[in-house]
Amino acid sequence: MAEEKPTTYITDEERTQLGVERPGTSSPPVAAGDIRKWAIAVYWPERPPALFWDQEHAKKTRWGGIIAPQEFNPFTWPAERPKNRPSAMGTGQPGTRILNGGAETEYFVPIRPGDVITSSSKLAEVYEREGRMGLMKFVVTQTDWKNQRGELVRINKNTLIYY
Amino acid sequence: MAQASFDQVREGQEIPTFQRVTDFMHWNRYAAVNDEFVYIHMDDEMAQKIGQPAAFGMGNLQASYLHNLLRQWVGDDGWIKKVSCQFRGMNFKNDTITAKGTVVKKYEQDGEKLVDLDIWTENQKGEKLCPGKATVALAG
Repeated sequence: MAEEKPTTYITDEERTQLGVERPGTSSPPVAAGDIRKWAIAVYWPERPPALFWDQEHAKKTRWGGIIAPQEFNPFTWPAERPKNRPSAMGTGQPGTRILNGGAETEYFVPIRPGDVITSSSKLAEVYEREGRMGLMKFVVTQTDWKNQRGELVRINKNTLIYY
Repeated sequence: MAQASFDQVREGQEIPTFQRVTDFMHWNRYAAVNDEFVYIHMDDEMAQKIGQPAAFGMGNLQASYLHNLLRQWVGDDGWIKKVSCQFRGMNFKNDTITAKGTVVKKYEQDGEKLVDLDIWTENQKGEKLCPGKATVALAG
């Protein structure tokens, strides 16, 4: 006889967390050098586009100055590191295995030198599907970034799959 | 930078590829700028402990290569509106990683010239490492 399995792994805690905004941290001001180094790293070993490091060139574009590569991360190298940095929300479960289900990012305004980016996160969605390996739980965390003027910079949705 | 022109974009068209032969020169630089120091990306023994043959590059760097692919196509005055990708395969030392894209749809919406694409990175064996989708806005 098959062992009895719960019909859902979605917890009450997750239901109450759903959509609740958690204020995150603010980045240090973005330096032009951070943008240049990011561009060099992701284009290595070739020269990165001038938009990311040459102000004279960047002035002539629609942006009117240097912007960061859109996937640039301004939250690196904090002086103080929290010991238990929560990487995801939700409480996990089915089994013990976890899979990165991928990320989806929408971009709005660019990041420029001097910007201070503030992030906030929420548990956006929790749902389950029956898969080959049994019940799989999908936990979608949404992280919004805004700049110092309150303009939306990007919305990132990251899915973790517990199975 | 060369720039795609909306009028000339065809559905089904392949866009110019972005390619790198990757090793620790790329991964270490990426680790430094993304503050991403993880043993499985640095140490073969640690990667073997999780069942991989050797240390491998970061998934986030694959995502950057997909952005590079789109940027070189849309040019300085274009904009990436949306990108999604899933990390399916590992990028090992000396792999030739090619980022590719094909046009799925072009349309105008709210005054913007938009193009939807299927995008992915693949290794020299043609295995897709990081498949995804994108929407870009073209400048003209």
